Amino acid sequence: MIQDIFVTGLVNGGVYALLAIGFSLIFGVARIVNIAHTAFYMLAAYCFYTLLVKVGMSFVPAALISVGGVTLLSVLCYRLIIEPVREHESAVLIATIALALIFQELMLYTFGGHFLGVPSTLEGSMRVLGVSVPYQRLLILVVAAAMLGGVWFLLYRTRLGLAIRSTANDIEVATLMGMNVHRIAMATVAISVALAAVAGVVVSPVYVVDPFMWLAPLVTMLAIVVLGGLGSIKGSLIGALIIGYVEAITVFTLPGGAYLKGAVALLIMVVVLLVRPEGLFGVAFEEER
Amino acid sequence: MYWLRRAWAELKTEVFVLPSRTLVLLWALGLLALPFVYDDAYVLRILTMTCFFAIFAASWDLLAGYTGQVNFGHALFFGAGAYTTALLSLKLGIPPWLSIWAGAAIAMFFGFLVGYLCLRLRGSYLSLATLAFPLIVLGLLFAFPGFSGGELGISGLRRLALTPTANYYIAVVAMLVVVFGLWLLADSKFGIVLHAIRDDEVAVRASGINTLRYKLIVFAIAGAAAGFAGALFAHYLRVAGPSTLETALSFQVVIWGIFGGVATIYGPVAAVFLLYPMTEWLGTFRAFGELRLLIFAVIVLLVLLFMPRGLAPWVRDKVEVACPRCKHRNVGWRSVCRLCGAALKAEVSRAKRLVGHQ
Repeated sequence: MIQDIFVTGLVNGGVYALLAIGFSLIFGVARIVNIAHTAFYMLAAYCFYTLLVKVGMSFVPAALISVGGVTLLSVLCYRLIIEPVREHESAVLIATIALALIFQELMLYTFGGHFLGVPSTLEGSMRVLGVSVPYQRLLILVVAAAMLGGVWFLLYRTRLGLAIRSTANDIEVATLMGMNVHRIAMATVAISVALAAVAGVVVSPVYVVDPFMWLAPLVTMLAIVVLGGLGSIKGSLIGALIIGYVEAITVFTLPGGAYLKGAVALLIMVVVLLVRPEGLFGVAFEEER
Repeated sequence: MYWLRRAWAELKTEVFVLPSRTLVLLWALGLLALPFVYDDAYVLRILTMTCFFAIFAASWDLLAGYTGQVNFGHALFFGAGAYTTALLSLKLGIPPWLSIWAGAAIAMFFGFLVGYLCLRLRGSYLSLATLAFPLIVLGLLFAFPGFSGGELGISGLRRLALTPTANYYIAVVAMLVVVFGLWLLADSKFGIVLHAIRDDEVAVRASGINTLRYKLIVFAIAGAAAGFAGALFAHYLRVAGPSTLETALSFQVVIWGIFGGVATIYGPVAAVFLLYPMTEWLGTFRAFGELRLLIFAVIVLLVLLFMPRGLAPWVRDKVEVACPRCKHRNVGWRSVCRLCGAALKAEVSRAKRLVGHQ
């Protein structure tokens, strides 16, 4: 059972990390609480399903097209809907909620409310530490690790990454230094949604695809981001692993754990917030008034 | 006779001079008079539900709009009220007239608790942390289905009244009393402190005001009002189910609040009265039945692009202007202030201003 917990926690933690880091990035750079973040994850899963099952493409082009398409859509949404109301924080908030609802309803209307299954990318399984792990879960882990490495490289080893980090740090000074803050915000939206889309594509064969699949990960993702500290990449990664493991432990050890896993994860978040209101790795926000 | 004349004078000088106040008066009278004119059970049912949600949205606005504690888990209080009254009246046989107050009290306690836990949190942290509370309770309810009824909830509650008209009047009167109460509270000195806490909490604390106490009180009041709405709602539908705690309801109230215009009380209420019957009405068409949530979201999005501060402040700014000198509000088509005679528009000539003084 301990091995089960280890593997499940790692895989779920990887997926959560992909979602949480994207959310954290866009919050840090543009101060947008993007409720529609996991809706893009759902869209990518649906897109992947359509291309794979309905159109009959092979895996790699289907995955690439869905990630690219969803990223493009997110940039479009940002330009048309979020950008015009950027100064009004509350308007941005419900604009993202409304976007998520629109995507949910569109998918519900097009595909119906029933669960859709996506065939596994890789069949078979291997034994790790005495537990049989399907290749699909290993693929999730590998893709998550690769994407996280890619994000780290982008943020800490490129000029764009430097610009993103400095904008997140202090938007006024970044503007004064001649950075195009709007363009950086747009690039960040694209990066963060691309991460969510990748998560959606790799996860769809393991979970079921339905129009409401964005709600559960949304809550978990928000818990992770708050736990790790809003806007902190390191915090999101560690928070994702913590929540992934907490959920795995709850499911495997408590009776009725499947119902309680969300509650326990959220309880952990509340406890951490009581002790450290700015999250594990958040910047103390006394200075932000 | 004196009082009658006095009331009429008050009405003429204070209410009819401003279109927004006239509108509110007409709306309240219209709601009260509706069953005499149009006694359709379906319409009454929708308006009854609208009234419950109006209380709910107004209580959210006191907390989120005035005090700036943007609560993403407001459904917690609604659900707490609904479940408390359901459990008390079914398991202990307490009459609904009493258990509703108990529901409000428990929701008040929950409000106090959430407020206490969130005292140190601010801004987005607070919003995202409060999102968690109803889901924790929901997880517990699902884990103990014997006590809570699980996914089906607790059904078979007694209605407050038997006829649709009586139920409608209970809802309307409760809504008018609670909403006007909240509005008076928000307009009082207490409300000014709340405004100040939202704008700059450190400055308020520096002025010697115990902001923690104010925040706790507001959390408790908002919780009590939302729980009251939830309890009435449960007795009206005769079921307290998990849908009263869902994230969807929490988001719904955020949409109503921001769509109507935050920190106004009347804005969210107006939004509920526009949006809720509209979605229900769209649902009656066969072609729109499946699309009603989509249409709802698109309308919210479009309205927001043109009026980012919300519907009610936008409309109010169109028909009324604030006097630059005494800050009292005036009808938009007046050229001088009705109270102090100052020119309302910059292009008013000197001669006109003199005429206005006479």
